[in-house]
Amino acid sequence: MNDTSSEQTQDKPSPTMKVGVSAVLGDKTKTGGETLSSCIDIENLNLFYSKDKQALIDINLTIPKQRVTAFIGPSGCGKSSLLRCFNRMNDLVDDCVIEGVVSLDGSDIYQKSIDVADLRRRVGMVFQKPNPFPKSIYENVAYGLRIQGINSKRVLDEAVEKSLKAAALWDEVKDRLNDSALGMSGGQQQRLVIARTIAVEPEVLLLDEPASALDPISTLKIEELINELKTGYTIVIVTHNMQQAARVSDFTAFMYMGNMVEFDSTNSIFTNPRKKQTEDYITGRYG
Amino acid sequence: MKTQQRTNNEFSIWMRKGTPWVWLNAGAVAICIVMVIGLLILLTVRGMSHFWPRDVLQANYAPPTSTGELLTTQVIGEFVESEMVVAAQIASSGIPVDETQDFYERQLLKLGNRDLTGADFTWALSDFVRDIEYPVEVVAMERREWGNFYGFLRDIWEGGESIVFSGDAADIEANRWLEFNQRLERALDIRDDIYVIENQEIGLINYAMERLRLRERRLELDGEESAETSAEIAGLRQELDAEYGVLQTELIALYETVNRDSAIFLAANEQEIEIVFADIVRAYKPNQMGPFSKLLTYFSKLGEFMTAEPREANTEGGIFPAIFGTVMMVMLMSVFVTPFGVVAAVYLREYARQGFVTRAIRIAVNNLAGVPSIVYGVFGLGFFIYIIGAEIDQIFYPEALPAPTFGTPGLLWASLTLALLTVPVVIVATEEGLARIPRSVREGSLALGATKFETLWRVVLPMASPAMMTGLILAVARAAGEVAPLMLVGVVKLAPSLPLDGNYPYLHLEQKFMHLGFHIYDVGFQSPNIEAARPLVFATALLLVVVIASLNLTAVALRNHLREKYKALDV
Repeated sequence: MNDTSSEQTQDKPSPTMKVGVSAVLGDKTKTGGETLSSCIDIENLNLFYSKDKQALIDINLTIPKQRVTAFIGPSGCGKSSLLRCFNRMNDLVDDCVIEGVVSLDGSDIYQKSIDVADLRRRVGMVFQKPNPFPKSIYENVAYGLRIQGINSKRVLDEAVEKSLKAAALWDEVKDRLNDSALGMSGGQQQRLVIARTIAVEPEVLLLDEPASALDPISTLKIEELINELKTGYTIVIVTHNMQQAARVSDFTAFMYMGNMVEFDSTNSIFTNPRKKQTEDYITGRYG
Repeated sequence: MKTQQRTNNEFSIWMRKGTPWVWLNAGAVAICIVMVIGLLILLTVRGMSHFWPRDVLQANYAPPTSTGELLTTQVIGEFVESEMVVAAQIASSGIPVDETQDFYERQLLKLGNRDLTGADFTWALSDFVRDIEYPVEVVAMERREWGNFYGFLRDIWEGGESIVFSGDAADIEANRWLEFNQRLERALDIRDDIYVIENQEIGLINYAMERLRLRERRLELDGEESAETSAEIAGLRQELDAEYGVLQTELIALYETVNRDSAIFLAANEQEIEIVFADIVRAYKPNQMGPFSKLLTYFSKLGEFMTAEPREANTEGGIFPAIFGTVMMVMLMSVFVTPFGVVAAVYLREYARQGFVTRAIRIAVNNLAGVPSIVYGVFGLGFFIYIIGAEIDQIFYPEALPAPTFGTPGLLWASLTLALLTVPVVIVATEEGLARIPRSVREGSLALGATKFETLWRVVLPMASPAMMTGLILAVARAAGEVAPLMLVGVVKLAPSLPLDGNYPYLHLEQKFMHLGFHIYDVGFQSPNIEAARPLVFATALLLVVVIASLNLTAVALRNHLREKYKALDV
C-alpha cells in the first residue's frame, strides 16, 4: 500500500522491539533475560471499508514473536479487521482501502511483489465458526500441503499425524481419518481447523474468536491447545471473553471504536490498566 | 382514541387461523397431482391397451340402404370402441335411418385385411350388426405389409403342394395350426438371418465401398492419384464386390427357402387369400387363448414395440430407434451444456466485476431461456449447419461434396442447438449454487495459502456440483421434450441406421436420427392410417414421459449422491 514507508522498514536489520513500544511494555520486554523480538509491526495503519467508514484509525503496534497476543474490545471495535490485515484477508472485501505499513519479519506484506498465497501460508488463520471442508478428516489436514504440490502419501501421512497430534485431536480421530469432517463435533471441527492450519507450518497463527461458537469443555481444550502451541508459533487471538484473554495471552491490546487504546502485558492490563476506558471495559462497566 | 376491537365470531377466527389458506394450498397441490396422474392414466389406458390381444368377432352387418334392398356383409374383426351419434347425421350420410330415434349407437371395428377391402377400420351401426359370434378357430395375424389380417386357416402349401392332414375335423384343425406355427417359426428364423445379412453384413460392405470411393476422390482432389493407388483401390473394390456377390447368392437362397411355404386363409365374405409365411410377423387364435397366454402375447407385442424398428410408415412395429435417438441426443446435449454453462457461471459469479455489465449479461441470459425454441432451431440451421457445417465440409470432407457431411441436419447440430437452448438454465442454477457456498469455507481455503483458482477448483466447485446437477436436470427436462427445433436440425421420420454402430468411428455425429417427440407428431398427424396409428401416439407419448422421467431420475440420484458428499455445513 504505502511504498515509501515500506522501504524504511525493509532496510531495518533484524528487527527488535521498537523503542516506542518497549517503553509501553516497560521492563516486560525482558523476560528471564531474553529479549523479545518482534514478529508483526504495524505502523500508522488506517483501514477504510468505504470513504466515510473508517474501521481502524492510526494503529501502531508490535506483536512479539512466539507469544500469545490477545485483542479485546467491544463488538465492532475493529479487532477482527486488524487481525485480517495480517494475512491480507481484507483484500477479499471490495472497496477496502488500507493505509500504513504492516510488516512481517521486517518486510512489508502489502508491497506489490508479495505472493499473497505464500503470505497466507506463513500466516495461518482460524475463524470464528469451524469451517472444515466437506472432505475427509485426512483430506482436510492434507489440503494445504496438496495445494503446495505435495502428493507423496508418506509425507502426507506423516504431516497429518503430526498436525493432528499437535492439535490434540489424533487420539480421537485416528481410527476414522477417512470419515467426513462434517460428522465431528463443533469443538473437534475447530481443532481440526487448527490442525489443518499448522500442517502447512505457518509462522503466525491468527485466531479470530476461535472458541466463541463452542461449549465450555471444547473451549477449555482450545485454550489448552493455545498454551501448548505458543512455544512454536506467534499467536494472535481475538476474543470477546476477557477471562479467556487473561488465561491464554501474554500480551493484551484493548481496542475501542477503531482505536488502539492500550497495549501492555496481560498482567498489567488486567491488574493495573493505565487508561480509564480500559478499566471500565474490563470491569464490565460498558462494552 | 378508541381501539378497534377484534371481532371474535367463529368465522373470523377461522379466517385468522389461516385455515382457508391451508385449504387453498392443499387444493392446488391436489389439482396438480390429479392432473399428472390423470395424464399418466390416460396415456397408459389408451396406449398400452393397444397391445392386448382382443377377441375377434364375426358378425353380419346389414345397414338399410336407400334402395331398400338388404345388402348383408360379413365382418370379422376386433371391436375398438362405440359412440352415440345423432340420427340426422347418419341420415345425411346417406343411410336411411328412423329419424324419430334421436341417437344411434355406432361401433368402430378393426377389420384388417387392407389388401382385400382397402380399409382397416369401419364404423358399423350397432342396431344392424347381427349374429355376433366369437369363432374359436379365427386367426389374428400381424403382417409385414398390409396391416393385420383376420380369417380362418384353410390350407398350408409347401412349394405349391398342399399338405394333407388326417383324422377327424377337430384333429385336422389342431394339427394344421401346429404345423402352421412350426413353419412360421422357421420362416421367422430365416427372416432373422436375412435381416443380419441385409442390414449388417451388406451394410458393412456398403460402408466400406463408400469409404473407398471417398478415398479415391480424396486422392483425386489432392492430385496424388497414381497407377499404384488406383490399382490398390480397384483391388480392394474387387474384393468387396466378391464378398458382396457371395452374400447376394446367400440372400437369394434364403429368400427362396423363406418363400417356399405359404398358407391359404379364408377371410370375411368367403374370400380366399394366399399368404406367404415370410410376410407374417405374428399369428394367434385370440378366441382360444386364456388370460395367461393373452398376457404372454401382450408382453411379446409390448417388447416388440420397445425394441424393434418401425414398419409400414411408422404405424406398425417398434420405436426403438426413436428411443435410442432421444436418449443419445439428450446425453450428447448434457455433455455439451454442462461444462459450457458451468464455466460461464463461474466467470459471471467469481471473476467478473459485479456491475452494470454483469447485470446486463445476467438479464440477457435469463431472457434467452424465454426465446421460443423454434427460433433456436432456425439459428441452428442458419449458423451451425449452413455456416459451420458447410465450412467443416469444405475443409475436412471435400471428397464427399456435393453431398454434404456436416453441412446437413444431424445429431451433432441437434445436440448443440438444444445445448444452446438449455444453457441459460445451467448458468442460472450454477450461479445460485456458487452463491450459496458459505464465505467461511472459501476463506478457510484462502487462509491456507490456496489461490482463488485452487479454492474454486478444489472446494467451491465440488460443493456447487449438486446445483450444477439441478441445472442439468432442468436442462434435460426441457431438452428431451423439445420437438420444434429438432425438425430443423436433425430429426427425421425414419432414419436408416442408428447413430451408434459397429462401423468406425462408431458414433456418427453427422447422421440424422429419430426422436420420440417427432415420432408422436409424425404418427399422429402424418400417418396414412390414422385409426391404426392413434393408440401408438398414446403409447409413444407414455414412453417419452418414461424416458424423460428415467433420465431425470438418474440425474436426481446422482445429485443426491453429490449432496450427501458435499452437504453444506450445518452452521
